[in-house]
Amino acid sequence: MTTVTRPATQTVPTHPARFRDLLAAEWIKLWSLRSTWAAFALILLAMVGLAVHAALATHAGWPDWSAERRALRSPLWDAFPTEAQMFVVLAASGVGAVAIGGEYASGLMRTTFAAVPRRYAVATAKLTVLTGVLTLLGTLGAAAAFAVSQAILADVDASMSIGDPGALRGIAASALLVPLCALVGMALAALIRHTAPAIVTAATVLLLLPTAVNEDERWSALLRHAMLVPAWQRLRDPTGPPPWLTDLHAASVSGAWTTYAAWAVVAALVTTLALHRRAP
Amino acid sequence: MIELDGLTRRYGRNTTAVDDLTLTVRPGRVTGFLGPNGAGKSTTLRMVLGLTTPTSGTATVGGVRFRELARGLRHAGALLDAADVHGGRSARAHLASLARSNGIGAARVDEVLGQVGLDDAADRRVGAFSLGMRQRVGIAAALLGDPPVLMFDEPFNGLDPEGVRWVRELFRRLAAEGRTVFVSSHLMGEVEHCADHLVVIGRGRLIADESLDEFAARAGHAEVVVRTPEPATLTTALVDVGADVRPDAGGVLAVTGVSPERIAELALGLRIPLHQLTTRTASLEEAFMELTAADVEYAARETR
Repeated sequence: MTTVTRPATQTVPTHPARFRDLLAAEWIKLWSLRSTWAAFALILLAMVGLAVHAALATHAGWPDWSAERRALRSPLWDAFPTEAQMFVVLAASGVGAVAIGGEYASGLMRTTFAAVPRRYAVATAKLTVLTGVLTLLGTLGAAAAFAVSQAILADVDASMSIGDPGALRGIAASALLVPLCALVGMALAALIRHTAPAIVTAATVLLLLPTAVNEDERWSALLRHAMLVPAWQRLRDPTGPPPWLTDLHAASVSGAWTTYAAWAVVAALVTTLALHRRAP
Repeated sequence: MIELDGLTRRYGRNTTAVDDLTLTVRPGRVTGFLGPNGAGKSTTLRMVLGLTTPTSGTATVGGVRFRELARGLRHAGALLDAADVHGGRSARAHLASLARSNGIGAARVDEVLGQVGLDDAADRRVGAFSLGMRQRVGIAAALLGDPPVLMFDEPFNGLDPEGVRWVRELFRRLAAEGRTVFVSSHLMGEVEHCADHLVVIGRGRLIADESLDEFAARAGHAEVVVRTPEPATLTTALVDVGADVRPDAGGVLAVTGVSPERIAELALGLRIPLHQLTTRTASLEEAFMELTAADVEYAARETR
């Protein structure tokens, strides 16, 4: 073998491999995509805008409502209307799917893994940054939606305060739905490795599937309770299902939180394992 | 230094992309990595970088398997595919996130952007870039960590002639600094002006691993091209002195076995005018084609 002068570069002290550098890299990746800004704006707009819309509708109809109807209605239904959650589910799972699917589809994942061969670390950094940012965004959106809708309802004395039973739980459940959907989007994109099919699959799993499963039978009720959007509904409603539905297998609050936790853990595990095992 | 030892990658039962490759890519010179399309070049480079897991055998960079490294950019820089960039990001954002992941400062990003001549386009989305500009982004990414080993997969694709010259000079400079420079191509013409050493593979198997000079010697056989208004007379005279004469395209004679001087003397003696007398060596390209002819995966059938 011929002796060669080593490049000067090798005498440069090697920097320690710091996890926070990976977090910073993922942070740059997230904010340098226009689709991130668009999706975040859509999530906030849908959460706050549709809460305002629902609260105004209640506000307008309130004088004509019967006492029974007023008693049944929860102010949280206006703060977190189901329509808003549909936008949130689509946009948040889309952000997650883009974060991973876009990186696979463009081939960037190869560049990323050549730069950081420790794939577990890359996966953890991605999960941390996206979950963290979307938890903040969800909290901001849910708090704003609650505040604005209750301010409107206060005018007709139909509002609730943050200290009332179920209020904080409703806010927390609606806030956490945002990062949870992003996690599901990430996991599906890590498996499918293309953005658009991952988004379609996420919408199918999160939004369409629950409509196909009812609570008639014990097994189908269990299946439904294990789904994310029904779990969110249970956590949002302060008193559980309305009285005329009591013959069904009702979901419990603790069961709904368990569903949240299980989806988060499974999605994070699937994402990490898929990134680690499959050739980019 | 890159070392491959029995490196093999199979897909399914019947497809062997890389077949028992053993070779060393040494520092201080540019090594061309040649083979027809589908020969296994890209798969080999991906295995070196730990992106594809070998079925058997090992690939190491500086004695270490790449997957065992915490961070890669200071050990090896690679341009794998110019498209390995997200089109929605600016060149600067792409490089900044890569640099940051390896603890490399932002100043280095500006430095490599300048080095590849993308200062002015740095803040535009890569999706709007031409292939040549994307190649420059990829080359900038490879240079980020100032690594001792550099790998480039088909770096000349999409480059204009000025870009090709620039890249060749860059490779030579990197090698002169003592780095290992491994450049794949399916065209000999692209690497023959910058490589010192050639590795040729076909259908995943090693065909040649030798210096450019040794490879050129394979192309060896020189011949003399002669154009004359009286080919028949000259042919007879040349055959008489032991030359091998073959009529070639365009009415010329391709002569082997005698020197051009001897041919000129013979013609002078016979008072035959010569309109052309040139020597022709087979090009490296021809040697390469000959060597890999049997291993071309998707050959176009000759049209009648």
